[in-house]
Amino acid sequence: MKPAAFDHVRIDAPEEACALLAAEGDDARVLAGGQTLMAVLNMRLAAPRMLLDISRTPELDVLREERGTLYIGAAVTQARVGAYPGLERAVPLLAQALPHVAHLQIRNRGTVCGSIAHADPSAELPLCLTALEGEVLLRSVRGQRTLAAEAFFQGMLTTACAHDELIEAVRFPLAAAGAGYAFDELAVRRGDFALAAVACIVHADGIRFAAGGVGDRPRAIDWPRLEGSALDDALNAFAWSLDAHDDTQASAAYRRHLVRVLGRRAVIRAAEATT
Amino acid sequence: MKRSAAGEQTLVAVVLNGVRRSARAEPRMLLSDFIRQRLGATGTHVGCEHGVCGACTVRLDGVPVRACLTLALQADGRRIDTIEGLAGPGGMGALQLAFRRHHALQCGFCTPGILMSMSELIERGPRPTEDEVREVLAGHLCRCTGYTPIVRAVLAAAAAMRGDEESADA
Ligand SMILES: Cc1cc2nc3c(=O)[nH]c(=O)nc-3n(C[C@H](O)[C@H](O)[C@H](O)COP(=O)(O)OP(=O)(O)OC[C@H]3O[C@@H](n4cnc5c(N)ncnc54)[C@H](O)[C@@H]3O)c2cc1C
Repeated sequence: MKPAAFDHVRIDAPEEACALLAAEGDDARVLAGGQTLMAVLNMRLAAPRMLLDISRTPELDVLREERGTLYIGAAVTQARVGAYPGLERAVPLLAQALPHVAHLQIRNRGTVCGSIAHADPSAELPLCLTALEGEVLLRSVRGQRTLAAEAFFQGMLTTACAHDELIEAVRFPLAAAGAGYAFDELAVRRGDFALAAVACIVHADGIRFAAGGVGDRPRAIDWPRLEGSALDDALNAFAWSLDAHDDTQASAAYRRHLVRVLGRRAVIRAAEATT
Repeated sequence: MKRSAAGEQTLVAVVLNGVRRSARAEPRMLLSDFIRQRLGATGTHVGCEHGVCGACTVRLDGVPVRACLTLALQADGRRIDTIEGLAGPGGMGALQLAFRRHHALQCGFCTPGILMSMSELIERGPRPTEDEVREVLAGHLCRCTGYTPIVRAVLAAAAAMRGDEESADA
């Protein structure tokens, strides 16, 4: 339960990380909050030769509103975002979802971008980014690029981030005027990964609904304003489309059930929150 | 950019419970092992070493974190508070006394981590609700108590620290 030996590099600027990622290839790994990676190293599920520690990189420790989004740099912890003044109004979905991400003691070090990079299918933050149609800002020695969430997440623990790329930041769109937002999940214990999680945005023209923990990545769908049995039918069809699997935690049927039940509640709650 | 090669011992300077301390650590050394083996503060316990159990929780620059998921080098230049710092010159602190009085521990293995999380909760606000206590406690596993006495002890300790003796006895 101790990590294999590695070089530790304290990164002072993003370019340093990009240069080392380009030079060292797969031997180098970015260390952000370490709340996933350190556990992986302790269990020796991975043994990179070099860790690029961005947890104290000032240029990446940026949290601000810009161009209608909340810009969250790669060193910003989940706890810091959770404590952002007015988060309930700025990005209501994040305010609702963050308390479900692990525990306070983990959020104090875990970063938002690290969770996006790890792309656990049950993780709350990738679900929120997908539901809100947020963006991931990538950087390498080859240049910078911005990907939409749905293009970024490619499957179980798999993203479009290339081996030489650093996630510099993510952008969560700020709340749209009049729209209502709701997040909900079911986990065995508070702070555990979700068996299923849902996120919903209701606006004047329709509903955007997303689910996590069921398929291999968060999935979203757009509907017109639905109610009653039409909503039930849409939720049911969506639940079946997610390609749920049985595992030790829950059966596929139970996960579909959660999408229908949590989904209905979330749509109703989001609709009530519209103004 | 500061590079420490694998196996190379680097000096790590911290303020442990208010006292400046420094010792050497190689890059792969966990903060939990650094505190116990290099600084000799063995009150911080090592349980699962993958962040789940919470036994190794310490306060880094004031906030509770998992020492097993933090590298010793990452604590360089920072403040670390551990269970050893909770007792005052006159003996155990209010939180510790409440844990004893309310039978909030049996084997005691998880207790140091829980106390570090709870000391921060009470510092953040002197009147934590039961829900808030349970929320913070969710980050810790205790296999002896069933948690109820722990919740009771934290609420009583907070009351005692506010000088609210009546509710402390309840
Ligand atoms: C007990 C426990 C419970 C948890 N429960 C939950 C939960 O309920 N929900 C949940 O979502 N998460 C949970 N987590 C995981 C937690 O949220 C992690 O913080 C998060 O998944 C990873 O963020 P990090 O900053 O710690 O990343 P790290 O652990 O540092 O890195 C994770 C991975 O992403 C890569 N990476 C990190 N940052 C970048 C970057 N900027 N660019 C490129 N690659 C990068 C790393 O190389 C590594 O492969 C839990 C963790 C623990 C220990």
